[in-house]
Parts: sequence; structure tokens; C-alpha cells
Amino acid sequence: MTTRFEISDKPLVVDDVTQKVVSRNAGAITVFIGTVRELTKGKKTLSLEYEAYPAMALKMFQQIEREMHEQWPEAQLAITHRVGKLAISDIAVVIAVSSPHRKMAYEANEFAINRIKQIVPIWKKEHWEDGTAWIGDQLENVPYLSGAPKEGFDD
Amino acid sequence: MINVLLFAHLREVVGEEELVIATEEMTVADVKAWLEARYSLELKQVMSAVNEAFAMEHTVVKTGDTIAFIPPISGG
Repeated sequence: MTTRFEISDKPLVVDDVTQKVVSRNAGAITVFIGTVRELTKGKKTLSLEYEAYPAMALKMFQQIEREMHEQWPEAQLAITHRVGKLAISDIAVVIAVSSPHRKMAYEANEFAINRIKQIVPIWKKEHWEDGTAWIGDQLENVPYLSGAPKEGFDD
Repeated sequence: MINVLLFAHLREVVGEEELVIATEEMTVADVKAWLEARYSLELKQVMSAVNEAFAMEHTVVKTGDTIAFIPPISGG
């Protein structure tokens, strides 16, 4: 049985993720593909490196699925996130959601990427022309909304 | 013994991805203090997870447990 949640150090194949949510009850599948961007606020990225805490990341993907089912019980979710060194335009993450109707598939897919950025322990290191840095809190807000304790990151 | 996992810049500063603390029991706050006393780390803003679940400062880490420090994340 293939698992619907994966961390992979190999190039991602979008259709492999999409196929996991194919269902006879689905009338829509949305697929989000996150890719490596070259320019961020004028700064040029040469490559990226993603690191994960895989065992916990997979548990957090399952938590996202549980949360999604509270809002959209009929939606099905599959997520694969890449780790290792990526070049510009490489695929970092693929999220597929199927549902009976399209609105739910769009909304649940956006919910999933937002929650990934909040609770899944994955980090990216930017390699620029003039140096490197681990990027944190890229949402520029509190990184954990719910599903994680408040204590420990408050100012 | 408590296993400690480090990621991203924490791993690079410490130079190891895994450490072992020879103790029976410590709180998360104690483990942070232990690390800060030995390495040039600031862990106040860093989240932690015990056995792959987010933990609190007062969560007790027991022998055989794994505590991971989770700096602000940037996946997706």
C-alpha cells in the first residue's frame, strides 16, 4: 500500500501524488505544486536545501488531514515534500486534494499548504550569490496557530 | 538517557544532529538550559517536540525519550 504522505529525496512526480486521491466519488482534484523561486525581494537564489524531521513531519501531515476532515469530511489528501538540494524551478512540494465538488477541493488544498507552513518540521536553507542562511518564520507571523502549544515561542 | 535531535542552524552550531544526555528525567526547559550552557545557542524562541509531538517548557522528558528542537519552520 502506498502511503499518502511522504518525504522524498528524489525529484517529485506530480502525477504520482495526484493518483493517490483519485476516487469514484470525486468530481474535482486540485493539485498545488510548490516550486523553487529565483528572486525573493530582489535577492537571487542559486539553490535551496530542504531538511526535514521526517518521522514528525509525517505525523503532522496526518494531523493536517484530521483537521481538514473536520471542515471537509469528504475531501481526500495526499502530500509529498522534497528534501535535499533543489535547483530553481524544482518542485519542493505537491499537494493533491480530491472532493465531490471543486470549491471544497480548492479550499482544502489551500488549507493544507497553509498548515504545512505552520506545523510541519521542514526547513529550507537558501544559497545566494553572497552567502547562505536557514530561513525561519517565512509567514512573518506566529509560526504555530493551533495544534501546537503556545508556550515556548511567545516573546 | 535522553536523545536530543537538532535541525537546521541548531545542528550546524552544535556540529551534531544527535546528542545523548545521561539522565533519568529532565524538563524541556532543563534540556534547553543544558544545551545553552554548552553551546552558543539561544533556545528561548525554539519550539520542542517530545517523541514527535509538540511539547511545553514544563513537559517532562524521561529516559528513552527523544526531544527534538524545532527552529521556526520554512517548508512548503
